[in-house]
Amino acid sequence: MGADGAPPPGAGAHGFRARATAALGDPQVRANFRRAMDGLMAKRAALFADPAEWRAMRALGASIRARTLARLPELLERLEERCRANGIEVHWAETTAEANEVVLDLLRARGATRVVKGKSMVSEEMHLNDFLEAHGVESLESDLGEYVIQLDGETPSHIIMPAIHKDRQQIARLFGRKIRDAAYSEDVDELTATARRVLRRKFEEADAGISGVNCAVAETGTLVLIENEGNGRMSTHVPPLHVALMGLEKVVERLEDVPPLLSLLTRSATGQLVTTYVNMISGPRSPGEKDGPREVHLVVLDNGRSRIYEDEELAVTLRCIRCGACMNHCPVYTRVGGHAYDAVYPGPIGKVLTPQMEGVDRRHELPHASSLCGACAEVCPVEIPITRLLVRLRAEASTRRVGSTVLGAGGARSGGEALSWRLWKRAFGSPGAYRLVSWLATRLGRLPVPRLGPLRAWTSVRTAPRPARRSLHELAREKGVPDA
Amino acid sequence: MREGAREAILGRLRAARRGEDGAAPSDFAVVREKRWPEAERLPRLRRLMEAAHAEFLEATGESWPSAVRDLLVEAGARNVMVGAGSAVEARLAEAWSGLPGGPELLRYDRPVEELKGVLFGSVDAGLTTCEGGLAETGSLVVVPTPEEPRLLSLVPPIHLVLLDPATVRDGLWQLLAEPRFANGMPPNALLISGPSKTADIEQTLAYGVHGPKRLVVVVVPGGATPSRGS
Amino acid sequence: MEEVGANGRPGTVYFFGTCLVDLFFPEAGLAGIELLRREGLRVVYPQAQTCCGQPAFNCGYRDEALSVARAQVALFPEPWPVVVPSGSCAGMIRTHYPELFAGEPDEAAARGLAGRVHELTEFLVDVLHVSLVDRGEPVKVTWHASCHAMREAGVAAQPKALLAQLANVELVPLGRERECCGFGGTFSVREPEISAAMVEDKAADVAATGAALVLSGDGGCLLNVGGALERQGSRARPRHVAEFLLERTRGR
Repeated sequence: MGADGAPPPGAGAHGFRARATAALGDPQVRANFRRAMDGLMAKRAALFADPAEWRAMRALGASIRARTLARLPELLERLEERCRANGIEVHWAETTAEANEVVLDLLRARGATRVVKGKSMVSEEMHLNDFLEAHGVESLESDLGEYVIQLDGETPSHIIMPAIHKDRQQIARLFGRKIRDAAYSEDVDELTATARRVLRRKFEEADAGISGVNCAVAETGTLVLIENEGNGRMSTHVPPLHVALMGLEKVVERLEDVPPLLSLLTRSATGQLVTTYVNMISGPRSPGEKDGPREVHLVVLDNGRSRIYEDEELAVTLRCIRCGACMNHCPVYTRVGGHAYDAVYPGPIGKVLTPQMEGVDRRHELPHASSLCGACAEVCPVEIPITRLLVRLRAEASTRRVGSTVLGAGGARSGGEALSWRLWKRAFGSPGAYRLVSWLATRLGRLPVPRLGPLRAWTSVRTAPRPARRSLHELAREKGVPDA
Repeated sequence: MREGAREAILGRLRAARRGEDGAAPSDFAVVREKRWPEAERLPRLRRLMEAAHAEFLEATGESWPSAVRDLLVEAGARNVMVGAGSAVEARLAEAWSGLPGGPELLRYDRPVEELKGVLFGSVDAGLTTCEGGLAETGSLVVVPTPEEPRLLSLVPPIHLVLLDPATVRDGLWQLLAEPRFANGMPPNALLISGPSKTADIEQTLAYGVHGPKRLVVVVVPGGATPSRGS
Repeated sequence: MEEVGANGRPGTVYFFGTCLVDLFFPEAGLAGIELLRREGLRVVYPQAQTCCGQPAFNCGYRDEALSVARAQVALFPEPWPVVVPSGSCAGMIRTHYPELFAGEPDEAAARGLAGRVHELTEFLVDVLHVSLVDRGEPVKVTWHASCHAMREAGVAAQPKALLAQLANVELVPLGRERECCGFGGTFSVREPEISAAMVEDKAADVAATGAALVLSGDGGCLLNVGGALERQGSRARPRHVAEFLLERTRGR
């Protein structure tokens, strides 16, 4: 059972493995992701063509994030103080439910019923759209990809390119079905123009704009938002109220920390030197200004982050700047796509983050859904050792360690698995036992055996492994290779 | 309740502190050293911005009003909006006065609440100055002011920006180290590196998704408002 | 003190065969030993060796991994280099033993071992600076870079440098060379569908090279890719790089 008694989403017929298998059987999903990931990997590689520059930038990015985390509580207090001095109101929320209430209260107090949203993964954690809609507030995603999936009642399949699982034909049919007066077209420019027509009216009419935050600068009280489309600027500059949502780890110490992080972020994410817009917000409309929001609010969300922070090794999870490079380079993500994870954050960083936020007992499948190939950690611009963290979470799921602060620790212990490893230890932990095991394997291993359990899985696309007739131990003895 | 949230969160973070081991200062050499000789900055900025579909127009302190006018006429723009009280307003008003036809000069002279309909509905182009450019990334530094409001560079389908080549710096890191920013950030500061774009459909680039469809950089050596008689 | 020959080479090395080579590719192990002996080294193969402990370690069963790893650490008491015909197992010992043994009574011994472990091709190139003379017929091969060799052990250029010394060997680059083959130890049985999709793609990429052999320095990848090639009816065969190097240079 899950930490809160709910059925674990990672298990059973509806678990990760089942969803992954379904995705693997969909040639469209596989083709869409493969094509997109190949393109993203090539674009990123082109912008990190100088290995020395990459190493130096990455070391700098890691050091900025490490320094931030080392001073996290002070920096958050400083950020709050500077924001308030700038006229930005700061709110704190321990849970997503609290954060939703904060947002709703702000909207209600101003009679706001029409909201436009910039892209925000924190708002996905909060399921904010559903919450607001349920409370009579229209909450419209305005990033084109987010708009597409909201229109189709879906969730993002990638943290940077939320609609990457869809091709233009699917989007054309969706627009034809859902948008009044939309002429059917599979032309990307025409589809984009249709969205522009719908959304510009919404920007004009909106009572409030909600956005995420890419980083927030403690020393100046500045919210930094990057984007290509301009919908983020529309959401943060046109309506009279701007509410920014931020995970508490997004703070940085100083202004000078921002440029290297943005450079690493955009080059890693989409292979861009810079996004079209870098929007640095340090206050609401000032006296004399003719536009800009009259109020700016910042909601700082915990949602399990302070618990992650308590564990010295796992705290590096919070370095993440949400570039998505780990998923772009992940051979598993590339094949199953983002929805198979059934999580706000898919891919490698999601396999680390989700079990920590939702419990390793409920989401124990995720850390295991990796071949530990290390492609993710290799491209991570802030040096998060993702594979090491996956191994750690596997251990946390199966073993309740004294003093563990991991949510659901030990809750996915399987007696059968534990027994298997005890037997393995017996077999490989003593030379005598191993001699027997290897003798049996080499003498009997080539006999036909029923294809059950692991062997059946293995042989679905491969021939069964055939042990040699004699082990290296035997051959080495025979050849007179000394033992000491 | 919410005050409780703040204390609970900060309390947990403080309790978990593990000293300052990770707090070593960062070595910024790799960004500090990204510099370009002055002569290379504008060409680099232009190459990068053109790759992002920005357009460039070369002009002089004297000629830019007519260059802008020609471009707007060619684009079929009915009008162009400038900031009321901005340096470019007076210059354009003077240069265009008495000329027959051509785009109408509109002024952003009221709070947006009174101007939204016009801004979204009928303004074809917006013209602003900028604080300079960045060679590293091919970006314009735009800092909205009471005279040049935020939405001038966002809502009209064409955004024209006057750029003095002498104001092109190295990169964002160098920019933010300048006292102008380091000693207090303006309410809003922007980098703009091209027209609005998206790649959300099949990774195919499309321009003008929400903001300007065209970004035109008007390069004016010496700036938009050269001293009289020079 | 470590025995060092006149030319700066060690006089004696240990050979840690790994469990996969022991049971599935013993000829590759023997070839590795021969490649070292041929260079004038005395090779010691402790008969009590079993497995580096990686399977349990990667699954999060640290106690079991430590218990098996501990039995290995005790087998290599002399300060001789330890040569391993697997990037994955060499990476496990080099990268993960220090943390696995942290705070344990034999931590110093484990760290000592981690510091003198070498993947076989790395040892041949970086320490022995071997030169090879190709005595084989012209052949087209491709190289599968194991993830752990590249990313845990830091071995990528060395095997290719050795192959480049072989005049009659044409090395055809493998498409998506840096992408995992889908083995991942227990991953291949815990997530068999995804693993299958990965290895099918890998085998297809291998087949597309037209190479007669796909070479690798890791037994797990060879079992996985080789099994898929065989199932797909591909002409390409898997071969451990040690075995291939010896075959090519031994003469007949």
